[in-house]
Formats: sequence, structure tokens, C-alpha cells
Amino acid sequence: MHEYASAIALRYWLKKMGYPRLIIAGFLLFLFIMAPITGSDLPTQITNVINRFSWNAVLVLAMVPMIHSGCGLNFGIPLGVLSGLLGGTLAIELGFTGPMSFVMAIVVSTPFAVLFGGGYGMLLNKIKGGEMMVATYVGLSSVSLMCIMWLLIPYRNPSIVMAYTGVGLRNMFALDSFYAGALSEFLKIDLNPLGINLVIPTGSILFFALLGLLVWAFLHTKTGTAMTAVGSNPTFARASGINVDRIRTLSVILSTWLGAVGVLTYQQGFGFVQLYTAPLNMTMPAVAAVLIGGASVNKASISNVIIGTLLFQGLVTMTPTVITALIHTDVSEVIRIIVSNGMVVYALTRKTEEAA
Amino acid sequence: MTNNGTPLLRMQNIKKDFFGNQVLTDINFTLEAGQVLGLCGENGAGKSTLMKILFGMDVIRETGGYDGDVLLNGQKTEFKTPFDALAAGIGMVHQEFSLIPGFTATENILLNREPKKKNVISEVFGDRLNTLDYKEMDRRSGEAIRKMGVEIDAGMTISSMPVGHKQFTEIARELSKDQLKLLILDEPTAVLTEKEAEALLDSIRNMAAQGIAVIFITHRLHEILAVCDKVVVMRDGYVVKDVPAAEASVSDITRWMVGREVQKAAAAPAEPVRAENRDARVVMSIRNLWVDMPGETVRDVSLDIRDGEIFGIGGLAGQGKLGIPNGIMGLYQAGGTVEFDGKPIQLNSPRKCLDASLAFVSEDRRGVGLLLDESLEWNVAFPAMQIQNKFLKKYGPVRWRDEKAIHAVTKKYIDALEIKCTSSRQNARELSGGNQQKICLAKAFALEPRFLFVSEPTRGIDVGAKALVLDALKRFNRESGVTVVMISSELEELRQTCDRIAIISGGQVAGILPAADSSEDFGALMVSKVI
Amino acid sequence: MKLKKNFDGLDFLQNNLVPLMFIIICAVCIPLSGFSASYLINEIVTRMGRNIFLILSLLIPIMAGMGLNFGMTLGAMAGQVALIFVTDWQIWGIPGVVLAMILSVPVSVLLGLLCGKLMNMAKGREMILGYMMNYFVTGLYQLVVLYFMASIIPIRHASIRLPRGFGIRTTVNLANMRQCLDNEFAILYKGVKIPVLNFIIIGVMCLIIVWFRRTKLGQDMRAVGQDMEVAQAAGINVDRTRIISIIISTVFAGFGQIIYLQNIGNFPTYTAHSQIGMFCIAALLVGGASVEKASIGNVFLGVILFHTMFIVAPRAGVAITGDAMIGEYFRVFVSYGVITLALVMYEIKKRRARSQGGELLAQAQRARREGGAQS
Repeated sequence: MHEYASAIALRYWLKKMGYPRLIIAGFLLFLFIMAPITGSDLPTQITNVINRFSWNAVLVLAMVPMIHSGCGLNFGIPLGVLSGLLGGTLAIELGFTGPMSFVMAIVVSTPFAVLFGGGYGMLLNKIKGGEMMVATYVGLSSVSLMCIMWLLIPYRNPSIVMAYTGVGLRNMFALDSFYAGALSEFLKIDLNPLGINLVIPTGSILFFALLGLLVWAFLHTKTGTAMTAVGSNPTFARASGINVDRIRTLSVILSTWLGAVGVLTYQQGFGFVQLYTAPLNMTMPAVAAVLIGGASVNKASISNVIIGTLLFQGLVTMTPTVITALIHTDVSEVIRIIVSNGMVVYALTRKTEEAA
Repeated sequence: MTNNGTPLLRMQNIKKDFFGNQVLTDINFTLEAGQVLGLCGENGAGKSTLMKILFGMDVIRETGGYDGDVLLNGQKTEFKTPFDALAAGIGMVHQEFSLIPGFTATENILLNREPKKKNVISEVFGDRLNTLDYKEMDRRSGEAIRKMGVEIDAGMTISSMPVGHKQFTEIARELSKDQLKLLILDEPTAVLTEKEAEALLDSIRNMAAQGIAVIFITHRLHEILAVCDKVVVMRDGYVVKDVPAAEASVSDITRWMVGREVQKAAAAPAEPVRAENRDARVVMSIRNLWVDMPGETVRDVSLDIRDGEIFGIGGLAGQGKLGIPNGIMGLYQAGGTVEFDGKPIQLNSPRKCLDASLAFVSEDRRGVGLLLDESLEWNVAFPAMQIQNKFLKKYGPVRWRDEKAIHAVTKKYIDALEIKCTSSRQNARELSGGNQQKICLAKAFALEPRFLFVSEPTRGIDVGAKALVLDALKRFNRESGVTVVMISSELEELRQTCDRIAIISGGQVAGILPAADSSEDFGALMVSKVI
Repeated sequence: MKLKKNFDGLDFLQNNLVPLMFIIICAVCIPLSGFSASYLINEIVTRMGRNIFLILSLLIPIMAGMGLNFGMTLGAMAGQVALIFVTDWQIWGIPGVVLAMILSVPVSVLLGLLCGKLMNMAKGREMILGYMMNYFVTGLYQLVVLYFMASIIPIRHASIRLPRGFGIRTTVNLANMRQCLDNEFAILYKGVKIPVLNFIIIGVMCLIIVWFRRTKLGQDMRAVGQDMEVAQAAGINVDRTRIISIIISTVFAGFGQIIYLQNIGNFPTYTAHSQIGMFCIAALLVGGASVEKASIGNVFLGVILFHTMFIVAPRAGVAITGDAMIGEYFRVFVSYGVITLALVMYEIKKRRARSQGGELLAQAQRARREGGAQS
């Protein structure tokens, strides 16, 4: 009798978790177990995972406001990334260096994020229900438009413009004298002197925690509550006197701004700025991570973000070393593609089931 | 016209209940080939359930089937799907159009029954690659249209047709089926102009002359008298009258439709209008209201509602009674003027109405009334929090959700309304219909409004819950002095609860009567302006 | 009279905004690019020959109401897998092309079936699902081609294997198959090479599509595309019909990709398919198609306009800005922009429909009151 009840509970739990998530978590566990066996150093692996987590978590967090207000998965995150890139490059252009350039990058990117997010939000209000496909193409076309702009905007700073002609920004440039490590070096815990290859970028994690806390807090305010209600049932919200369009636009602006801050956080960890078509590569990892973390097309929480980023980045960082050591072939890239896109396909096919 | 004396259709002791809720009891009637049967009754009398049984709709089987027998030509039949019914020669024209908008009338008439020509490729890859035989299609649709006797353009696409022609296309589709013996028309004239309706009646006579039996459901009673051979009147799941049409008049039918048996009416006496209400001042005045709510269009409504009363709005489905609260509260586009407490209310803005201390409990619980995937606490507290800044704690400019206050208010209403739930944090989706309705009421009560619209408060909930909900409403009215406007399809319920009742017919006010007036009077109003 | 003409003009403008925009872009860019007429025409004719078949594969899902089939890339991958095998077996020329087409069919059917089933689970979101399926199946494709081929799946010739012993090289050379269709019966006229066989194949394909619209299956697809519920109620198996439409599209996309690649003469194994869907869809939309309506005429017009823009944009970009990259980015931006515009217009149109009902009611009320006053 008792066993029976627990079997039901287990099945309920399985269903709630979703098989893909369990498979991924199981696979990651397997990787962690195999890591020492294949001879790779576990603390190094953990350092890598934490590092990648600290780079990416804010970008994943940028998914949350839009999912909450019912705008679906934010395939338009390149807009936020572009605001961040504008902020970063302009801050450097204006002559800021060191950690100050990071602060200024966020400050400068904010008006762009508000502007882009506002316009994008208004567009999405006109096409309720069809957001995701349009968002994808808004992302694609804005990135290709900015490709032209990176060449046309008259940047002058020699450390970021193309070396030969002096016109147009480089494809990629290092941030060493600017905001590389602006967060990750802050209060960094380095256990190497003790003989353990473990480094924790405390500053980056604190920064993510701060933003996560802000988003969490926002969702507990009056406006945040309205946002969740709009996502849960827009007609109910409208009948309760909520201006649905305004709340949705607000959520898009928030997501876009978080995307801007997210890419700056990523760059300070990675140490480089990538321009031109690079913003397109930011979308899928973020979308996939929040889905793996347990979010659906219309529900997401901060814990989804944390769990999802850890699982996804764990997968991405561990597979190259561990699996390569196991089968002497590097299939990590393929696994990453299959897992991240498979997760999105899975999520898209599921929503109708839940609605019924 | 009968086969060896057995009628085409015989319904024998049909019984049906939805989860213990008896909706049909001992239905008996017969129909001969070539006869036209007029079926009438109020909404909820069981007409559509009966037709669903006859037509083999899935709902019936999914809810446990039915008792009794349906005999076709003396043979007992039980259709598993509508397709079986179609094969047996029963056709049905539903209220909602079932047409492909971009297809021509011909293509729609022969939808999925197109005549085909074989070709080489279809020999290899199967029948679906047969090409359509357009000539034969034109011939057959032309034949069906001729049979109907109303001229429509077979080559016109549906989307560019006037609404009446769409209806005729549907009828022609049924007529194009060679095996058709019995045609059910569910309120076919509701969307027709007077002239078109005339044409339809002619076409019904025409069909009958060709030996097709017709069941004609309508609220326009004079049409029944004009075209039918016999009239079957249903009420509360019973057949109350089965007479030749020649022996009935409009007023007879009306009386049969709404009339309650004497003892029943006595068991539930309407409370007399309270004296103080007679001269109470007008708290809301509605002038020339129109509302564009699909299926519940309000055309021109003017009403005065007095302070502190319970005002009922009744009428048949589709006549616009539901459009009134939905329009005033800004959920559907509306025009005209509405004054509350002497001040004009801005239409098309839910926020302005709520700010003016109006509240609305929607008839669409799941779609409008509830956040199904959120907790009861959220459902109860949300509007009050957003509109009136209740249940919030202020820290400087930040307004933070006060979970404790939300919990307390939800608990209060769970106790007061006897809402059955495991906790106030349960999701609204998991509650039964009756309890969900109580949550909707609690949500409105939490706003502490001065004026409350309640739309179909007892729809889809069981008898016990019904009484509780109505009691709660009455108590709310008496104890807090809140003016309540209750919209309901069930006249008896209105008469038990309300002081005065307005009947809406054809998107207009057909009349306002005290609750104590006879059912017959209400019934006459209901069908007076039906469009 | 004049007023009426004016009104029609506006309507026409609205319905043909994208093609008109493209005609203007082309009209501006062609003189700037400085290409000779014969070069330009030759290029366009060649591109028509190799691209139209691929674009035609998009028509059937649109007919079935499933929107732009972003999942056509699945068929392209099937075509590539088939070409890899044919290359390995060294069957060249037209027999090679035909064999590749035959081989691609089972793979396309399988992928189309998968895609169609998933789309039935995500009704109303077919396009985004098809779009994501591209990437998902790209992963599977890489797994098979990069790791399974020559390790699990036998590949005989070392020339197409990666040096490490398994997996396929990053470029597959189709030199012995190059333009075998294009050159058959080709006519050279004033410096313009007309690939007659290609055009015959395309003509046959167009006829098949026209014929298909007249079949029972075609009729069912149109019905399903316009209203799934009505079609279901009439006894049409909606899900099955939708799956069939995706399978057909995928199979034709596979053929199309083979025709496309035999013209080019080699293909980058891991990326040849990635942009094909985007370009085909953009071209179709440029030709005046929308998410719910597309004709063969749209395909031809679209290919001509889109490729003219594609050829002249980089040179015109140099002429205007002095930077070749700007023209490159511009044409990519335009392709994405066109799709974005088409999607936005489609979604807005879907939601516009109502909003007029209220006006009518207010009018009717006024009319009734005036009528009452008079009588």
C-alpha cells in the first residue's frame, strides 16, 4: 500500500520534471562520475562549469520577464545583445577603461535597450499569439542591419576599429584594458595555492545573484504580480483593469535590458567582444537553458534559470573533455546542438497539451 | 407515406443524465416521412441534447450514453458517430456554420464527397490522387440547390456571400446527400432576413413534399405554425406537449414553453418587491447601449437600475442579455451612455468601471473569471490589489505583495462561502465548477463594490451549489446594500432571487416585470422581438 | 472614375508592397552595379534553373495551411546524404542524379513524417517548430555524417573520408556530375546559356502542382488549410493530410537540393543546407506570396527579383559606400527583413478582422431611431 502511494508520487514527480530534463541531469551526473575515471581533474571541471555559469546566467535570466508576461520564449534576445554591444563599444569609444568601463557600458546600453525593447514590445503587442516566429526574424534582421552599422558608425578608438583601414569595428577584440574580469576578479576565491584547481569568480556570481534577486523582488511587487497575471490569462487581467499592452511592453523592455547586461557580463568573463553575426549565437543557449531548467513556454522562475544554466553549461563544458577521453572523438558540438534544439522542439510541442 | 405503418423516426422513453443531473426524461414522439416537426422550448429545455443523441454526437457517448430507444423505420439504431447518422440518412444543419470560407458553394456542398475520376497516378498511389470531376460536381450541387428551391450562386466563394446564403449552402449540402431522409434544422432562421426566412419556409415545404422529414427548431413561433405539421414542446427535459400544429397558437406554445406546474411554482415563491425599493433613486442609467459581442449582440438597450435592488436580466440565448454587462464593463466594444451615481462611465475601459466601484462576475469562468494556473489567493486578491492597492505593503516607492493579508482575505471567503479546497494555495484549475464560481464571487466581493454584475452565476454547477451561490448573492445585497444585476438564462432562478426582471429579446429590452408576474408573461416577452 | 482608380491603386500597393519595393531596389542597383545585360541575364537564368524547383517545394504546405515550411531544410539534408552515397559509389552524370533522387526519397519521407507529426502536436506554431527542427535535425545530420559514416555506415572511397578515417570531408566534390542537367540540351543564345532540361523538369513540376490542386488530396489540403475543424467534421483526416503535405514538401525539397548542388558542382558537407530554407522562403515572399497564399507565378517573379538583387547588391554597395562588405550585409538584411515583414503582416491581418462590427451596430441604431422619428 505504502509502496503504491510512493510509486504514484514518483510518477507524478517524473511527469512534472519531464523526461528530457531527467535524461540531461542523469547524463551530467554520469559525466561527473566519469570525469575522475577518465583522468580529468574534477576541481578543474567544476571551475569550468562555475565559470561558464557566471558568464551565461544573466542572459538566461533575460528570458524570464517575457515568459512571465506571456510573450513566449524570447527569440528576439539579439536585440538586447545589440544594445549591450552598443553600450560596450561606445563606453570604450568614450575613453573609459578598467571596471569603470563596465559600469559605463551598462549605463550607455540602457537607453538603447529601452528604445529597442519599447519598439519591439509594441510590435509584439500587434501580433499576440505569433510572437516567437516574428521574434526570431526580428532578431535576425536587426543583427544583419547592425552588421552594416558596425561598419558605418564612425568609431575612432584604435583598439577596436579595423587595423588596416581604421574604418568599422573589428570582428572581435580583447577587453584586457577595459572590462575583462570586471566582475570575476572581484573577491575571487582561488584555491590553487592550496593545490586544488578551483577558482570561483565570486563577483560575477554575486552580480547574477543581485540581478536575480531584483527580478524575484520585482515579481513580488504590484506590477510584477500584474505581469504574471497577464501571462497566465490576459483576458482575466484585462477584465481586472490591467493595461495588458503596457505590461507586456514593460516585460519586453526588461528582457531586452537584461539581455544587454547579460552580454556585457558574458564579455567580462570571456574577455572578448564579438561583433557582426556573433549575437545570433547567443539565442539558443539561453532559450535551451531556461527550458532545461524546467520552464515552459509560459512559465519560468529564477530557480529554472539557475538549474537550467548549470545543467546546460555543465553539459557543454564537460562533454568535450570527458566524452572525448572516453571514445576518443569529440562529439560535444553535435551533442550541444541536438540537446539545445531538441529541448526547444520538445517545449513547443508540449504547450497545447497543458492548455487542454 | 409510411412504410407498412411504421413511422420514419420513433423516439422511445429517451432518458439522459449528465453526471446525475437529469436533463431528459421519458421523451416520446414519432415522425413520419414527409412530415415537418416543430421543436420548441426554452434554452436548457433539452432540445439540443435530444438532437445530439439522435445525431450520435461524441459528447453523449463520452458522458455515459443514454437510455431508451431510437427507432428508424422500426429498426432500433444507436449511432456511434455523426458519420453513422449521416450514413443512415440523417442530416443536421447546426447553428454555427460549418463551411470552408475560401471554397465555392459547390465545393462546400460536396465537401469530402466530391465525385472523382480515376487516372494512372491514382492507380498506383491510391484513391486520394483521383482528380475531381468538376462537371459532375456542378451538376450535383445544382441539383441540390434546385431541390432546396432557393436560388444561390453555386460558383460564389463562401466568404463573399451574405450570411443567409451561407445558411442555404449548408442546407443544400445536406440535400445533396442521396440517402437523406431526415433533416434537422437548428435555428436556421436566426441569421436570415425576413425575405430569406420566407424562402427557407418555402424550401422546407418543398423538401417535405419530396418525402424528406424535417425537425425544425426555432424560437420564432409563427414560423412553426406556418410550416409544421406537428409541434413538440419541451420543458425541463420533458415533452410537455405533442400536438398537430393546426391545434396550437403562438400564445399556447409560449405558455407550454415557460409555464410551470402549479405546485412547483408554489414551492418556490418569488419574494415580493421590497417596498423601500419602489421609490429608491436610480443608481445606474443605461441609454441606447450597443455592444458588439459575437453571438450576444446588444442593439439598443435603455435601463434604469435602482439603488439597493437585485435586478434580473433574462431572455433566450443569443438575444443579447450577456452582452449588456460585458459591454458596460469594457470587455467588448460598446457604445451609448451609461451613468453611474450621476456620473458618466467611460465605456470600453474595464479600469474606469472598476475604479467607479463596479464589479463583474463573468459567465466565462475559465476564460475571463479565473487565473486557472494560479493559487486561490491570487484569484481572490488580484483585482482588489491592482485597482484599490489593497493587500500591499509600501516600502518607499515599492509596493510589495502582502502575502499575509492576501492569505487572510482568501481564508475569510473560503469560510464564508464554504469553498471546498485543500488549501488557499491550491490552483484554481483543480476546483469543481461550483467552487470555482464561488471563487469568482469572492474575487468580486473582495473589491467591496457598490454595484455588482453577475452573469450566469449558476451555469454548469450542481443544484446544491446553486442554492449556496444564490444565497450568497442575496446576503451580499441585503447586508452590504450593494446593488446587484443578475443575468441568467434560467427564469425561475431570476424570479426567486430578483426584485424586477428585464427580458432582452433581439438585442432590445422587451419589457420589465416584477418577479411575481406569471411565467407566461415573461415567456411572451422572450420571443417578442426575436431576430 | 478617378477616385475609384485611386482606391484600387492603394489596394494594389498594399497587396504588392514587397515585390514593388524589390523592383525599385533592383532598378536603382542594376545601373550602379555596372554589370552587362547579357551577364546579368545569364546569371539569372542559371539561378532560375537551379533554384525554382526548391522553391516550388514550399507551395504545398502553404496550401495545407501550415505556413512557410521552414522544415524544407530537412529535405535538403536528405538530398545531401543521397549525394554522398552516390559520390562514394562513383555513379556520375544524369544516372547519378537520378539515383541520388531515388535514394533521398526514403530519408525525406522519414524526416517529413517526423516533422509532420511534431507539427500536429504544435498546431498554430508550425513555422517556429519547422524552424527549430532545422537545427535539431542538423545535429542529427552531423552525428550521422561526421561520426557514423565510414565507421558504422560503409564508405568505400578514401577521397571523401576525413583523414582521421571516419566522417566525411568538409567538401564533397561533384565535379563529374557538375551541371549534367544544365548542359543537357542547353541552348546558347547571345551569351546566355539556357539550361533546357532544367526548365523542362521545372515545367513538369509546375504541371504536377497544377494537377495536384485538382486531385481529391489537393482539395482536402485546401479545406484543411482553411478550416481544420470543418474539414474534420466533414470526415477528412486532418492530421494525416497535414503530414502528407509535409512529406511531399520534404521529398521535393530533397530533389530540389540535388538539382541545386549538381549545378554548383560541389558542396560544403556541413553547411550547404543551412541557408537554403531562408533564401527560398525570402525569394517566394519577394514574389508576392504570403504565409497563407502562394502561386507558381510568385515563385518565378520572386526568383527573378530576389536573385537580381542578390547579384547586384554587393557591386552596387561598393559603388555607393566604397565598401564591399556593406552590400553583402545589405542583401542578407533584406532577405531577413522581407521575411520579417511578411510574418508581421500575416499576424496583424489575422487579428484585424473584427473591429468593424461596432460601427455597424451604432449605425443601425441611429438609422432605426431616425426611421422611428419619421414614421
